[in-house]
Amino acid sequence: MSEPRPVIPVVVWPGSNDDRDAQRALEHLGATAPRVWHTEEMLPRETAAVVLPGGFSYGDYLRCGAIARFSPIVRAVEAFAADGGLVLGICNGFQILTEAGLLPGALRPNASLSFVCRDVTLRVERTDTPFTTRCRTGQELTIPVKHGDGCWFADDALVAALESSGQLVLRYTAGDNPNGAVADVAGVSNADGNVFGLMPHPEHAVDPLLGSVDGASILGSLVDAARLSLAASV
Amino acid sequence: MLVRPKPGILDPQGQAVESSLRHLGFDVGEARVGRLVDVDVPTDDRAEALAQLERMCEQLLTNPLIESYEIELERP
Repeated sequence: MSEPRPVIPVVVWPGSNDDRDAQRALEHLGATAPRVWHTEEMLPRETAAVVLPGGFSYGDYLRCGAIARFSPIVRAVEAFAADGGLVLGICNGFQILTEAGLLPGALRPNASLSFVCRDVTLRVERTDTPFTTRCRTGQELTIPVKHGDGCWFADDALVAALESSGQLVLRYTAGDNPNGAVADVAGVSNADGNVFGLMPHPEHAVDPLLGSVDGASILGSLVDAARLSLAASV
Repeated sequence: MLVRPKPGILDPQGQAVESSLRHLGFDVGEARVGRLVDVDVPTDDRAEALAQLERMCEQLLTNPLIESYEIELERP
């Protein structure tokens, strides 16, 4: 018997452009990933996890993610997360989650002021999160970034607090910080560990043809965790 | 409404402006770049207008972690 395919919807805003890649990657890794329009007020009933994809929601006017966070679907995502549901934000999805207050910090224009599009090397700081179980602690992943506003910011006190609570899950390796992010942070989780956001694009690194399969370690971990939550809820 | 990056926040746009001004020969210190948002509020009540504009800044126009704001009222 084949393993059950957990349902992991991918939210679509006007201006999202990585929703199909995320959908394809998740389905490749064993999930069913319907795309859900941002005006929906509810997630599909059988939702086991949600992905907020990359792109330029609402043109990223004002601040990246600032307008998208008021979409009806975000209220549903907030309720889902408050119940312990798994939420992953990639790039613009990460920006939306910080604007919505579901993740700490804020994303600012890259220190270089240039759009950056290249592979980066990331260090996995923790493997006991639902997003990194397929990784090894200290493992280095090669995953592309492509963003103009990926400079994660938090003040010193917040960084220290997040460091001690283990929420700084993914970091750019020394010398490979593409955007000036404080403390080389590439991905951060909430205090409960069920919401995670990262600037790099794991969905663009799930096939050898794309140069790396390291993104499958992140998305595959999410599919595993979603499958477990499915088994627990039966 | 004037929205500014808070002190201490890296402002690469401000740095680019600052360096361009120096290249043009202006003797300048630090430059910071913010945002100006003009909104018509259909009320004659200054207190009411101010309260509404404050809520706009808090809810949407600024991210309090990285930006501060100032409100100026003007009659059309």
